[in-house]
Amino acid sequence: MTTSAPVLDAPGAAAATAAPGARQVWQRLRARPSALVAGGVLALLVVLALAAPLLAAIEGQDPNTYHDSLIDSARGGVPLGSFGGVSGDHWLGVEPGTGRDLFVRMLYGARISLLVAVGATVVQVVIGVTIGLAAGLGNRLLDSFLSRVTDLMVALPMLVLAIALTAVVSDGFPRPLLLILVIGLLNWGGTARIVRAQTLTLKSLDFVAAARLGGSGRLRVARRELLPSLAAPVITYAAILVPTNIVNEASLSFLGIGVKPPTPSWGQMLSNAQTWFRADPMYVLLPAGALFVTVFAFTVLGDAVRTALDPREASRLRIGTRASGRAAARKGRTSDQNSAPEETAS
Amino acid sequence: MTRYLLKRLGGALLVLLVLSVAIYTLFYLAPGDPARLACGERCSTAQVAQVRERLGLGDPVLTQYAHFLRGIFVGRDYSTGTALLHCDAPCLGFSYKTDQQVSQLILDRAPATLSLAVGAMVVWLVVGVGTGLLSALRRGGITERVLTVITLAATGTPVFILGLLLLMLVCAYLQWLPFPSYVPLSDDPEQWAWNMLLPWLTLGFFESAKYARLTRGSTLETLAEDHIRTFRAYGVGERAIVGRHALRGALPPVIALNANDFGTVVGGAVLTETLFGIPGIGKTLVDAVRLVDLPVVVGVVLVTGTMVVLANVVADLLYATADRRVALR
Amino acid sequence: MTDRTHKTDRTDRTDSVGRMDSVGRTDSVGRMDSADPADRTEWPGRTDRPGRTEHLVEVVDLTVDFTAGTGSAAETVRAVDGLSFTLAPGRAIALVGESGSGKSTVASALLGLHRGTGALVGGSVRVAGTDVGGATERELRSLRGAVAAMVFQDPLSSLDPYYAVGDQIAEVYRVHTDATRRAARARAVEVLDRVGIPDAARRARSRPHEFSGGMRQRALIAMALACEPRLLIADEPTTALDVTVQAQILDLLHGLRQETGMGLLLVTHDVGVAAESVEEVLVMRQGRERERGPVAEVLGSPRDTYTRALLSAVPRVDGPLTRTGALSSPSVSPVSSASPGHPRTEPLLEADGLRREFRLGRRTVTAVDGVSLTVAPGETLGIVGESGSGKTTLGRMLVRLLDPSAGRLVYRGTEIANASEKELRPYRRELQMVFQDPVSSLNPRRSVGESVADPLRAAGALGESAIRARVRELLDRVGLDPDRYDRYPHEFSGGQRQRVGIARALAAEPRLIVCDEPVSALDVTTQAQVVALLAELQRELGLALVFIAHDLAVVRQVSDRIAVMRGGRIVEQGTVEQVYGAPRDPYTRQLLAAVPALDPALAAERRAVRAAREPLPDTDQEVALA
Repeated sequence: MTTSAPVLDAPGAAAATAAPGARQVWQRLRARPSALVAGGVLALLVVLALAAPLLAAIEGQDPNTYHDSLIDSARGGVPLGSFGGVSGDHWLGVEPGTGRDLFVRMLYGARISLLVAVGATVVQVVIGVTIGLAAGLGNRLLDSFLSRVTDLMVALPMLVLAIALTAVVSDGFPRPLLLILVIGLLNWGGTARIVRAQTLTLKSLDFVAAARLGGSGRLRVARRELLPSLAAPVITYAAILVPTNIVNEASLSFLGIGVKPPTPSWGQMLSNAQTWFRADPMYVLLPAGALFVTVFAFTVLGDAVRTALDPREASRLRIGTRASGRAAARKGRTSDQNSAPEETAS
Repeated sequence: MTRYLLKRLGGALLVLLVLSVAIYTLFYLAPGDPARLACGERCSTAQVAQVRERLGLGDPVLTQYAHFLRGIFVGRDYSTGTALLHCDAPCLGFSYKTDQQVSQLILDRAPATLSLAVGAMVVWLVVGVGTGLLSALRRGGITERVLTVITLAATGTPVFILGLLLLMLVCAYLQWLPFPSYVPLSDDPEQWAWNMLLPWLTLGFFESAKYARLTRGSTLETLAEDHIRTFRAYGVGERAIVGRHALRGALPPVIALNANDFGTVVGGAVLTETLFGIPGIGKTLVDAVRLVDLPVVVGVVLVTGTMVVLANVVADLLYATADRRVALR
Repeated sequence: MTDRTHKTDRTDRTDSVGRMDSVGRTDSVGRMDSADPADRTEWPGRTDRPGRTEHLVEVVDLTVDFTAGTGSAAETVRAVDGLSFTLAPGRAIALVGESGSGKSTVASALLGLHRGTGALVGGSVRVAGTDVGGATERELRSLRGAVAAMVFQDPLSSLDPYYAVGDQIAEVYRVHTDATRRAARARAVEVLDRVGIPDAARRARSRPHEFSGGMRQRALIAMALACEPRLLIADEPTTALDVTVQAQILDLLHGLRQETGMGLLLVTHDVGVAAESVEEVLVMRQGRERERGPVAEVLGSPRDTYTRALLSAVPRVDGPLTRTGALSSPSVSPVSSASPGHPRTEPLLEADGLRREFRLGRRTVTAVDGVSLTVAPGETLGIVGESGSGKTTLGRMLVRLLDPSAGRLVYRGTEIANASEKELRPYRRELQMVFQDPVSSLNPRRSVGESVADPLRAAGALGESAIRARVRELLDRVGLDPDRYDRYPHEFSGGQRQRVGIARALAAEPRLIVCDEPVSALDVTTQAQVVALLAELQRELGLALVFIAHDLAVVRQVSDRIAVMRGGRIVEQGTVEQVYGAPRDPYTRQLLAAVPALDPALAAERRAVRAAREPLPDTDQEVALA
């Protein structure tokens, strides 16, 4: 029976357990129109943000020039003309009170929003993966220490700490960088948790034991057996982190502790808009709409990516011994919570 | 059980201690002179030195922190040079701006925050859990699709956008309600409720998206479990299966999340309070940061941290009680 | 004969369908009179008296299609394909088949459980006169549980974890009767008591996780009994259980049938379980019937080629030894220097007082408790034990995947029990392992070739092309197509993955391989092939094997010597002939008596022996998990 292929050993019984590869994910994403639309919207947003100076030049405006002639100073600064002063020169009208061009300010706001969100996400993922891996691979003491710290980071309301932190940093510090650091340093707990849980799961699987028996050292095991399997959940989670960070930036700016004027930001515009929403509804609806569409598109896309990667596969792997089953049941709560994005401020 | 509780509370205390060290270090060692900040812009150098002396800012850092901790547990006295100024037991210092005791200041603001939290919780539980259950039961139908889209859209949409739009619609255009301004419950319960209505709805709707998703996912997960199949195979009706077995399995994570969220909101719903001008703990923090009123900032962060950490312990306890399979250790 | 039976069946069916309306009711009332089904061994009873029997179950041309995927990618899989059979009241039939044969699908179809799942069901199914396909929801619900009740494979997940067992039984009872809450509770206690749960009144208030595996299955059977059904459908009722507990559950089912006269439809992959429990067997493969007939006939003189292949693959604890272990074939000269001719002179691996503790919260659990054993070069040591006996922990300690808490472990004269990873390095590759779970033992993100190449790459001695050539050679050696080097694990079946795992172990050029339940996740025919491969490799390469399994028959097949484990200790150790032929320890004797026999007559004999013997005190003790 040395070479003859086994007759009765037909494939197919256990086929469904493989984690899908990149190509499969892409195919599944393509099959969902909502994901395609969301992706398109986001691509357009990125292009607009990148091309902001160019577009501003085409419109012939810049973000910070006041246009007193375009606002009705008798009525407190409401833009002249319909829809908040929409005209050939000012495609989306002008800002009440100052007459600054809204189209350009919206574009520059998008830049800040994306810059801070993506930057903070990178910080969160780097810290989260490092801490999570260290906790998952380290000894008991290190694990319990890092897990406690992670619990703390997850539990503490990020916005409250961020507000408090901005109070003590000197004014000279570049604001966008400060926002990236504050949001990034305070909100990595979820990533760390997921990476740790995933690492522990993977570590207990037999193929890792087999690699050890094959003579692989710790680093080799981490690099060759663990990291590739961690990529999928981390990417998924990052896809949910970006919109959360957009909202966090907007929230800080809304509270007046985000980027400093005159740098435009959507949250700041919304904050200003509170006094204008009777007189100039366009000024509320523009940034609110932009923020809503961006976050919605990210959420839809993140949801689609998650479905395409099917986290059920990961959870199925978790079912093992009685002890790990109980651990999973206990962890179930946290992972349920993580299925909603990282805490958003209220 | 008691042992578990003690262990968790001990852990919580440790966490808070670490937090207090971090916050204390950050604020009192941050750039900018606390004495100058405490005294105000127009103080002379001599006055600043006097303030520094009174607050003990010349002492070694560890001594300062020890005094700070002592203040929290047993209270402390500040010498103003001529008289002693006593600060009561949970002493978090005095506000630089109003010279009020920070603990008293936070206590004064607590009712407003609590009003908001309780009302909003009712909204998010009713709307969120209801929506989630409905979409789990009507799976595959048009109801589910509509609910899914709404929930997805609401997920992550900032609370202030929701609030602004509600304000705009209800107060500015339809004029069904006046712009809300906070009236304490003790003054006039009816006015209190009317003025809190929009904040409740705003915060409630905002949070309910999360609950809808959690409830739906949790219910569907339970419905897919083997024991549901057992009861189907024994002729138990669909309504009993969902009402008795699926819901029971779906509840523990919802209960736990609720305890966590309540703690967070009690710790200060910063954005909602700011938007509606509710003089709660969150708004106190934002105001204090604008005024660089450090003791108030430190105080609020500590109180918020305490709320959240306690809520966490409660959440774990509730979860373990609700899900008997989880052993407490 | 098979064909003829089939035809008789069909004519019989048309008769019975026409008769059903007039006679059906009276028959169902008098269902208790068929006193002892096991005694009525003559076959087929109903063809002799065609006018008197209403079929309890009548399946005609049943076809079930599942649709996988959505939209254009949708793919239809036929799980059951044109199956027909009948079951007379009070009698028992077993659907036997390997995974994917569609046997469980048939069981679900009897209760109409496919409704609303998107599965397409064709043909007709009648259970006790109810047309399951055409029944209304209400009719179906009154059928389920009351007329035909089902027992599932995994008793833990089949009960609601949040409610007391008694309450769950009472709930089901109240659905089908108008009993009061109190009466339903009392009924629950009554049936729990009937299935042999001690102190039933108190235990009825416990939740499922507070029961042991066997007790849970008893509770599930109690739920099935609650409404006195005419038909019991048991879907792999003992597959999740240890062999001694399995015997108890099968005995219980047998006793209940004698007492209540209910019919039994048993779904199982285990021919032995079928032989123990039923009068008639239906062998299925890929959704179709392969052979059907009285159990003694099908198992004794199978006509179908597949049935024959299936039966010949089943390992036995009795009968002639067909094992191919190294010691029994001294003519083969091993490759390594270790000579199997002098096995006991210089042990390859020696364990002395090996102990391992785990901390479970505040408790310390001793998984392995003072185990001493030796493995000679080129020999196979079989380790048998039920779940929780510590055999897996022991196996992992032997290759130092787990650190022993105490005791000595000497490999080729070197003490390695407490050796650091660095000190272990020279020996790491010589001690390999083949794992139980074919799914988790291969990294899903790496091609099988890469997995096999891993030990070679880690060693760093060979160049890229040499590694590739060596891996192809190894794949070929374990019976896989070398051209599938770049394929991923999910494209392989369970048995093929185990072969990949074996190739990976071989790549390290080991002297000893610990095989931890290497075939327990596989179908029986695949099992036989993998076992044969291991034996062959051992003979050729002069490997020492430690073969860990819960299945006494499999271990007997491959081993030279056997160690029986229980509660972390070795209770008996000796040659195959000693342990199986003349077991000294009572636990070993109990284990052997519990193994289902393929011969129904022998099975009945064994059952009598089991009934006579007092069981060991804590075979199925209550284990409170929390």
